[in-house]
Amino acid sequence: MSVVTLDHVTLRLGNRAVLSDVSFGIEAGEFIGVLGPNGAGKTTLMRAILGLLLPEGGSVKVFGHIPHRGNPAIGYLPQLRTVLPDLRVRGRDFIASSLNGERWGLPSFSQHDRGMIEETLDAVGARDLAARPLSEMSGGERQRLLLAQALIGAPKLLLLDEPLISLDARHQEVVIDVVRKVCRERKITVLFSAHELNQLLGTLDRVLYLGNGQAVLGTVDEVVTAPVLSRLYGTDIQVLRAAGHIFVMSRGRDVERTDHLHDHHHHGHEHGHHHHH
Amino acid sequence: MFAYEFMTNAFAAAGIVAVVSGLVGYFLVMRGQTFAGHALSHIGFAGATGAGLIGLAPLWGLLAFTLAAGIVMGALSERISNRDVAIGVVLALALGFGLLFLHYYTSFATQATALLFGNVLAVDHTMIATLAMLGVITVAALAAIMRPLIFASLQPELAEAKGVPLRFVSTAFLAIVAVAVSACAQIVGVLLVFTLMVGPPAAAQRVTTGLWSGLFVSAALALAEAWLGLTMAFYTDWPVSFCIALLSALAYFATLSAGTSHAHAAG
Repeated sequence: MSVVTLDHVTLRLGNRAVLSDVSFGIEAGEFIGVLGPNGAGKTTLMRAILGLLLPEGGSVKVFGHIPHRGNPAIGYLPQLRTVLPDLRVRGRDFIASSLNGERWGLPSFSQHDRGMIEETLDAVGARDLAARPLSEMSGGERQRLLLAQALIGAPKLLLLDEPLISLDARHQEVVIDVVRKVCRERKITVLFSAHELNQLLGTLDRVLYLGNGQAVLGTVDEVVTAPVLSRLYGTDIQVLRAAGHIFVMSRGRDVERTDHLHDHHHHGHEHGHHHHH
Repeated sequence: MFAYEFMTNAFAAAGIVAVVSGLVGYFLVMRGQTFAGHALSHIGFAGATGAGLIGLAPLWGLLAFTLAAGIVMGALSERISNRDVAIGVVLALALGFGLLFLHYYTSFATQATALLFGNVLAVDHTMIATLAMLGVITVAALAAIMRPLIFASLQPELAEAKGVPLRFVSTAFLAIVAVAVSACAQIVGVLLVFTLMVGPPAAAQRVTTGLWSGLFVSAALALAEAWLGLTMAFYTDWPVSFCIALLSALAYFATLSAGTSHAHAAG
């Protein structure tokens, strides 16, 4: 059964059609790398799957149903935003806040809830973070903690929005390894958006490449080719393969790396799209 | 000291207000909205002097203005991109209006100091009953929205995805802050609400990173500062609000330096 199906979907943010007439289906247990230039609609697509954005046309189905907010079968890790530097809340309390956090009244946790929190902390190796305040964590530690949070409640679908942003190479590897391990074990379907394809090459089953209002889903060999990417970027793209790496170049410049540089000035909100010229 | 009725009244009123301020202030600090709390109290000043102009008790004018401002700020917060500037301009305007109202109601001017800096020693039984009622409403409302409030404060995007009505929660919270500010201003005045609403919770967050322990320390610290401040004022004859402000600042800087020396030792 398809976990996520898009059938001739058009998604619009304000006046801009981010995706137009897009169709694809993601199968259960797949690890999908979601790639594409800034503003191609990675976050927008995830918001549609979460039921936060209604499609203007076509239909989005998640587990065969129209998406609705608060679906417990979906774990979500939003794009990292600058956390208040003074936020002296300990890791365990931070992630516990998401557990039934939409209910009114005082926060309270059953033995079962506590068990689930501890279990996911262990699964991503974040137990040491539980007692430390968020303000003292590095970016990599915070992402590991948020990953634990996204896994609470045994979701069947995980939406990870740019979990590698602002991490150094070593921490990026750690995050990818943890996601791969946990999701293979638990047979969780993953949508993992990223700027760089190469780190995910050994992990992903298929690539969902977004750009120019379109989306192409397929294996790396099918999608990461000069004709397909030229169409998605709307410019002449070369794809070079060397030493097990794939370089996506536009007029001699590495497209992914220039995107990444821009991202340091981009404090991660989905409405703040950058336009490249 | 407790032989005087004005002192027992002051202890009761300051106690109620301190606990409410410590609890509400904890979330104000967590959400990084302390400036909004400051602004609400200044807007309340215009309300209090305006109420005097039309012959009402200042507390009701204070409540009406802070509540209205809190709800408007909550409803607009997403759309005002540069919130601090917008809030700053409005609070300056509010103080200006407060001055205008004072100008036209000169016999009220003697009360201006009380409004600005508080007058806890003049509290009567009616005021204590009113403050207790406001306190109960505030704490009950806070308890009702506490869980989604924490979630929305810490992780707004995820909270939205899980179905938390973000705008309702933030508006309800600012309405709660508005009531707490009005009560707080009765004790330490509109200019010094920070001493009870921001000082104790900020110090509490330096001391503990737990949620419940943080709330407890914040309320306990506010209570201790209020009561010690009253005691200090009684024996020194200094203004009560000065004593509370002094203790609040001392407690905050003590936890700050304790925190940094601890970090140096650990690092």
